[in-house]
Amino acid sequence: MRPKGWEESVRLEGVERMLGRPPAMRGGRGKRSSPTTWRWVDRVALAFAWGAGIGLCLVAGAIVVYMAYRGVQYLRPELLVQRPAISTSQSGSGGFLDPLIGTALLTVIGILLAVPLAIGGALWIVEYGRPTWLARMVESSIEMVAGTPDIVIALFGLSLFQLSFMAPFSFKAEGGGVFGKSYIAAGAMMSLIALPPLFTATRDGLQAVPGHMREAAFALGKTRIATIRRVLLPSVRSNIATGITLGVSRIIGDTAIIVLLLGDSLRIDPQGGVPGLGVLRGTGSTLTSYVYNNSPAGEASAPQKAYAAAFVLLLFVLALNLLVDRIGRSQADATGLTVAGATV
Amino acid sequence: MLERLRHPWSDNRAERTLGAVSLLVCALVVAMVVFVGIHAWPIFEHNGLSWLGSGGDLGRQLAAMQNTTQHPPPSAYHLRAWTLIYGTLLTTAGAVVLALAISIFSSIFIVELAPVRLRRIAIPVIRLLASVPSVIYGLIGILVLVPFVGNDLISTAQKESVQNVVELTGAGLSVTVVILTVMITPIMVALICEALVSVPNSWREGAVALGVNPVRAMLAVTLRAARPAIVAAAVLATARALGESIMISMVSGSRAFSPKPIDGLVFFFEPLRTLASGIVDYHEGIGAPALGSALYAWALLLLFSAFVLSIGGYLIKLPLRKYQVRG
Repeated sequence: MRPKGWEESVRLEGVERMLGRPPAMRGGRGKRSSPTTWRWVDRVALAFAWGAGIGLCLVAGAIVVYMAYRGVQYLRPELLVQRPAISTSQSGSGGFLDPLIGTALLTVIGILLAVPLAIGGALWIVEYGRPTWLARMVESSIEMVAGTPDIVIALFGLSLFQLSFMAPFSFKAEGGGVFGKSYIAAGAMMSLIALPPLFTATRDGLQAVPGHMREAAFALGKTRIATIRRVLLPSVRSNIATGITLGVSRIIGDTAIIVLLLGDSLRIDPQGGVPGLGVLRGTGSTLTSYVYNNSPAGEASAPQKAYAAAFVLLLFVLALNLLVDRIGRSQADATGLTVAGATV
Repeated sequence: MLERLRHPWSDNRAERTLGAVSLLVCALVVAMVVFVGIHAWPIFEHNGLSWLGSGGDLGRQLAAMQNTTQHPPPSAYHLRAWTLIYGTLLTTAGAVVLALAISIFSSIFIVELAPVRLRRIAIPVIRLLASVPSVIYGLIGILVLVPFVGNDLISTAQKESVQNVVELTGAGLSVTVVILTVMITPIMVALICEALVSVPNSWREGAVALGVNPVRAMLAVTLRAARPAIVAAAVLATARALGESIMISMVSGSRAFSPKPIDGLVFFFEPLRTLASGIVDYHEGIGAPALGSALYAWALLLLFSAFVLSIGGYLIKLPLRKYQVRG
């Protein structure tokens, strides 16, 4: 068994597999021992277990219901298409069109950068992986990225993009120093956030492809790289899809990187004359930084807007969660192969 | 160009390209450590390791750092950040201990007790809890829990008892620990459940056959076998709790204050600041060289702890293999 990061484990696939099986206590025929005859320690433990399990479900339920209640209360369709405005009253401060665009932009940049890194790395480790010490080093550095707090990654990004030759990726501040905050900078660091789940999903998928599939391809005269392109990559497509979905849900939920690497302006603030590139070099906001800035902790304090945006964010997260389940299930139905390490 | 890409690659070239991509990941990690290290260096240069210790008012030290010019005198680098480290340790320890108790019992519930239908609900629910963005937890904390604690749980007498030292608004240790617990519990539940499931069923059946009741069998046999996984789960959850920044910056009251257990009940309501939330709180002053260096020093400390914890988690998980071989 390989050590897994929590992103993968938290999918609970191993546990899901035994869903069909009845719980241990219920198995078998005959007279079940009744809790009333147990020692009180065991009875207390039984009560605690039920309490903790149901309590956890209730907490999650309360969060979703409360956010939905507030969301329905404050979310208006026009909020989705209005740009944020600076205003002292909550009714005048506009909607969150710019944050929505910002979230989409960052997701695209982050995933575009993470996909070649993660898939290339996973392919190399599983299919080539020589010398072994180097492969182990690559794997542990990805584990290290997974364990690094996002705020540290954000500071790293800031120091990287404030180097003077990185100026094309953001812009120069008044003093002549490089500002280091832009969609490109934030997106590049987001790719580090998305890297570990994407890498692990791809690697586990590749490892689960049975060896005889490779052997069959080699016997037909295919080279290793042709096998990868024609046999392996198609068969781990849904693993990659799962990985990307997990990566996206991490990217859209991250706040620390946005707060440090995208500046405080709520509106998209292009730099320079070039239309598309200007936006990428400029600062702006995303849904998470919009929520943060509109909460009492931020500058623009407008709780109603924060609730509305947080509700939209939560909907995205729920949708991505469902998507991961759907991908996993359809893959299992279609081929009997595996998704993200779970033998079905 | 595209034509060349479509042309089949030679194996050698593919291996080199993919290897280079993998090396890039290594290089990024090295670059991260180096960059953060370089920026943190001035703090180490002027304080040695004593910046980890206590002494003086941290808020005033940071304000002095922020007010220096581009070329600050060595005295501007004076830093004693124990308050932040204490805050980090306090919140992390509190949350991990609470989450450990909750997650052990709810894992037992999911694996052993819950009827199939309830289990079908519980598993997606845990996934959901794990994937809710931290800013949403922070928002609920600051708009729901903080006012509740501030208005209903803290009495006026309690507020007056410490009014010369610190203002109690509700944001503080208790809210931070509660939300942090909710955030890290799903990770622990997932890891512990996985371990419980992988304990061979025959062990459990053996215990039941010897006449103990199912719960006792669970506590005495299955949980004991899963002990390494429980420790590993605690370690992973610690790593996550250490690095939580935005949520804590929102609900902890964001004051460089050390809650004092000697204050009795008030202790739980006192504000604090952790290493990660300190970085968020002060990020606007990062342009000042001294303050920037301090932030990077905190980041380096976080990076170092994350590194140690990930090695620790790996070592602790090793004994698990033993059970899998036997099973």
